[in-house]
This record gives sequence, C-alpha cells and structure tokens, in this order.
Amino acid sequence: MIDSQSSSGSKLVWVFFLLLFFAHQDFWLWSDDSLVLGFLPMGLAYHALFSVACSGLWAFACFRSWPEKLEQWADEDGVSGENPSST
Amino acid sequence: MNDIIFLASAGEPVTRTPLYVLMVYMGLLLALGILSSRFFRGTSKDYFVASQSIGPFMLLMSVFGTTMTGFALVGSSGKAFSQGIGTYGLMASWSGLLHSAVFFAIGIKLWSFGKKYGYVTQIQFFRDRFDSKQLGYLLFPILVLLIIPYLLVGLISVMKVVQPITSGMFPDTFGLPDKVLPNGKSIPHPLSGGVPGWLSGLIVSTVVLFYVFFGGVRSAVWANTFQTVVFMITGVVAFYMIADKLGGVASAAEIVKNHAPDKLIREGSIGNWHFFSYLLIPLSVGMFPHLFQHWLTAKNAKSFRLTVIAHPICIAIVWVPCILIGIWAAGLYAAGDLRIPPLPGGGPNANAALATMVRSLVENPLLSGLLMSGILAAIMSSLDSQFVCLGTMFTNDVVVAAVGKEKYSDRQLIFLSRAFIVVIVLVSYFMALYLQGSSVFSLGVWCFSGFAALFPLVFAAVYWKRASLGGAVGCILATLVSWCYFFYQDIFLDAGAGHGEYLVQGVMPVTFVFLASAAGMILGSLLTAPPSKETIKKFFPTLS
Repeated sequence: MIDSQSSSGSKLVWVFFLLLFFAHQDFWLWSDDSLVLGFLPMGLAYHALFSVACSGLWAFACFRSWPEKLEQWADEDGVSGENPSST
Repeated sequence: MNDIIFLASAGEPVTRTPLYVLMVYMGLLLALGILSSRFFRGTSKDYFVASQSIGPFMLLMSVFGTTMTGFALVGSSGKAFSQGIGTYGLMASWSGLLHSAVFFAIGIKLWSFGKKYGYVTQIQFFRDRFDSKQLGYLLFPILVLLIIPYLLVGLISVMKVVQPITSGMFPDTFGLPDKVLPNGKSIPHPLSGGVPGWLSGLIVSTVVLFYVFFGGVRSAVWANTFQTVVFMITGVVAFYMIADKLGGVASAAEIVKNHAPDKLIREGSIGNWHFFSYLLIPLSVGMFPHLFQHWLTAKNAKSFRLTVIAHPICIAIVWVPCILIGIWAAGLYAAGDLRIPPLPGGGPNANAALATMVRSLVENPLLSGLLMSGILAAIMSSLDSQFVCLGTMFTNDVVVAAVGKEKYSDRQLIFLSRAFIVVIVLVSYFMALYLQGSSVFSLGVWCFSGFAALFPLVFAAVYWKRASLGGAVGCILATLVSWCYFFYQDIFLDAGAGHGEYLVQGVMPVTFVFLASAAGMILGSLLTAPPSKETIKKFFPTLS
C-alpha cells in the first residue's frame, strides 16, 4: 500500500480489499431468515465471517506490504521532542 | 416464557451487591491511576504521549477500547432491538475493513511524522503540513465541538445503564411514581429505586477525571487495557448467562423467529444504498484527535501490526453478542415477556435494552455487578482518552501556539490541560442530563459523520503533494457548513421522523458532507498556490 517492499504484495492487498469491499453488500442474503448452527441469523453469520476475513486481509498486508522504509526513515534522527509549530 | 423474572417492582428492595461490585471496580481503577502515576516522568511529553513507550498489546487494547464506547454496547444492542441484525453490517463489519485500513495507510504515516518531528496533537501536524498557524485556530473549535457529542454518547450510556440495573435498590431515596397505562391501570415505574442518571454520570466522570489527572495518557492507556479486557470477558459472560436463562441460544433465536422475525433480516428495515453509505462513517477514525494521540504513544511502527490485524476480530467479539442480545430483547418485548423502560413519548427506550436484559436475566448479583462494571468499562475506556486529548489539544494547540512554550513550565501546562478538561466535562455533563432521552446510536453517528467528513483533509495531507492551505480551509469550511445544515434538519426540524433514520436521497447525510468536503479540498488546492518545496520535502521524503 505505502512504501511497500513488494509491489506485487501491495497490489494483492488492494485486490483483496476491493473484493471484501464489494462482498460487504450481501444483497443475496437480504431476506434470508435462516439460522446458522440453529441460532445465528444468516446475515449476521455472514458478516461475522466477513470480520474474520478482514483480519486475514490485514495480516497479509502487514507481512507482505509493510512500510519498512517509512519506519526506518522515522527512526532516523529527527527533531523528536520539539514541536516545530510551537516554536 | 412467562417464567422470566422482570424488573423488580417499586417498593421492593433488592440486593445492592451489584453496586458494591461496581464500587470495588471503581476503586481498582483509582488504584491503577495511582500506580501508573509512579511511572510518570513529570514532563509534558510523558503526560501527553507517554514518552512513546507503548508496546503492541497495550496499543491494541487502548486503541480498541477507545473506539468501542457506549455506542458499541448500548447503541448497538439498542439499534439491533429496533432495526435488527443489519446493525452489524452497518457499523461493525465496515469498521473491521476500514478502521484497519486507516490504521495501516494513515496511522503509521502519522506516527512516523509524529516521531520525526515531535508532534503531540494532530493540529500540530496540520499546521506544519499546510504551513499555517491560523489553520489550527480554525480546526480546534471544530474538533472540540465534534468530540462533545462523543462524550455525550458515553455519559448518556452510563445514565441509561446504571439506572435500570440498580432499580429497586433505593426505593426510599430514588423512588419514582407509578406509571399509568393508556387503559388507566397503574404499574410500578421500571426505574424506580435505581441510581438516577445525574448521580451515575457524576460519579463516572469524577473517577475518570481522577485517574487521568494522575498520569495523563499513560494512565488512560493502562486503564484502557484493563477495562478492555474486563468488558470483553464480561461481554462473553453476559451473553452466556442471558442465553442460558433463555434456554440456550437456539431457544432465544426461536423467540425472535416467532415474535419479531423482521429482526433476523434486513429487508424492509435498511435499504441497499443506506447500507452501503454507512461505509463512510468508520473513516472517522482517521480524524479522531484522541486516536491520533494514542497512535503517537506507540513505541515503534511495528507495534501497530497487532492492532491492524486483531481489530476486526475484537470488534466481532464485542458486537456479535450485543446484536444477538438486542434482537433477543426485541423478541421478548414483542412476546410481552420483557418490559423495557419507556421513553417520555411512550415507546420503549431502545438504549435500555442491554441493561434491561442484564438486570432481568442475570440472577446472580455478583455477576450482575461484574457485567455492569464491564459495560461501564467500555464507556470509560473511551471517556478517558477523550478527556486527555481535549486537555492536550487546548494546551498545545491554543496556549502554547499562542504564547510559545517558554512562557509556561511543564507543570503549568499540565495544570492548564486539566482545567480545560474540567470545563468541557462539566459542559458535557449538563448537556447529557438534558439529552438523556436521545438515541445513543444517532448521536454517535452524527459525531462520527463530522469526523468522517474531515477524512479528505488527513488523506490529502499525507498522500497528495498538491494539497494546499486553500484546500484545507475549503475542506474544513465545506464540512462545517454542510454538517451543520444536515444536523439542523435532523435534530431541530426532525426531518427523519417516521423513517427510523434521517436519509437524504436514500443515503446517509454523511455522503453529501463527505463529497462537499472532498470537493472543498480538491478545488481549494487547485485554485490556490501549491505548498512550498520545503513542505513537500518534509512530508513526502524520498525513501531509499
């Protein structure tokens, strides 16, 4: 996504992000009142699973597209401790 | 289901054990504040950003605890009570995708600028990025005005939770007159004998102020971590206890299917575009000043990883049980087996759904007290961050920006910070008393809408080199005008009356506020001078 080590990793993150983005609009379950495992409404079960998938996406992003260079830049000597706008 | 135990009748004293459990919990929080103050280094940097020493687990707990407030527990269960399972998709699953996206794409960048250039507040960043001290004076009151509804969400939630759970405990001191039904029959007031909102709000505000004053943001982070663990565990326990009392989760679902089947689907209660337009609300985390402050407490960028990955799961752990409890309450209410405290207009107060379920269905007073503590933990873990942040912003963005850092000592700056916090808390407290009947979910959505509409400001600041001061001002003013317009239409003219929620052309008003804000940023930037080369070099470094 930003300053990535692997541009292919970043592209994949974006592809998965867009897939999830559109998968959120689960119009096919709009009026499905069945219960998953006998207690969980279908629409809720789908979105709970969606949350797990989001976690997977961001795990993938952290390990394939981490902004390593930005981190190194921030760790180099700066003016930490001084706020430029207040001086 | 007629064997369900309802709220205690007025005049019938009930055990005060839950309240004693809550008092012990408050005592623990105060002790934690005192303990964390021993690590306080006495500097304003330590008070405001804990000397950037917070590791991955505490960062996750503090960020998650901060974003989950009364909105997540009281608001979500209340909204599910009235609108069904779609509530999860509206907020929780969008947040799982977009909160982490913002942490990853914006949060890490802002942390790196904060570390590099020593920022303590987001306004300091915006002042530098857009090379204008005046921009801070424009942004400060707007951010404060948007945080106040957020504080109200917390305080109103406290008031709505404590009174139903403690009803019947003090029949002589806090007794209420019987309610007369339309058929002329009198019934005991369901809140009679409960600790009133003015007292619970006052106690919670005082406790949070106390531990925040002791150690600043470090106290808030420690308390958040503790409280987030507490409310996640007690949430799961509450879910289990309530489900058990209803004969198991399948039996509870059956009640909903038989008596409130519309709560199991979205058809009829939420439109397609309405559902879609909620995606903009979670972008608000990019502009929450208190979250910005938490990001700056991170020891290093890698501390963010756990937060980015685990945040969606944590949301699910809290929201799924709350949504289920909300629809179960709707089923019981429709079946005539649960009495929800009424609004002045006569309808059920959806905000009280969670507390009523806990009060009615968790019979063990010790557990009931723990659950009440857990709910308040979620609320307080947001209030503390907001309190600290308000003081930090006032001190750094107004006082220090106006008179310089040399004029006041660190001790004086911390004093000013605390004084400002007290003023805002008092204002919020009295407003909360006045607005106790308001929907926690609606208030939260309006607050988040304002911050979400400012998202183009932070996004352009870190990703668009051409974003200029003119664009920033255009973005802020467009947000202010359009947000006030729609807020006025909804709250004062009640434009959404009878439709469940105020929509404009079938979508959330935030859609138009966000578009106006983005247009203000783009047009303002393109029509005015670009940022200086030094500014671009500073904020868009060549990374090798």
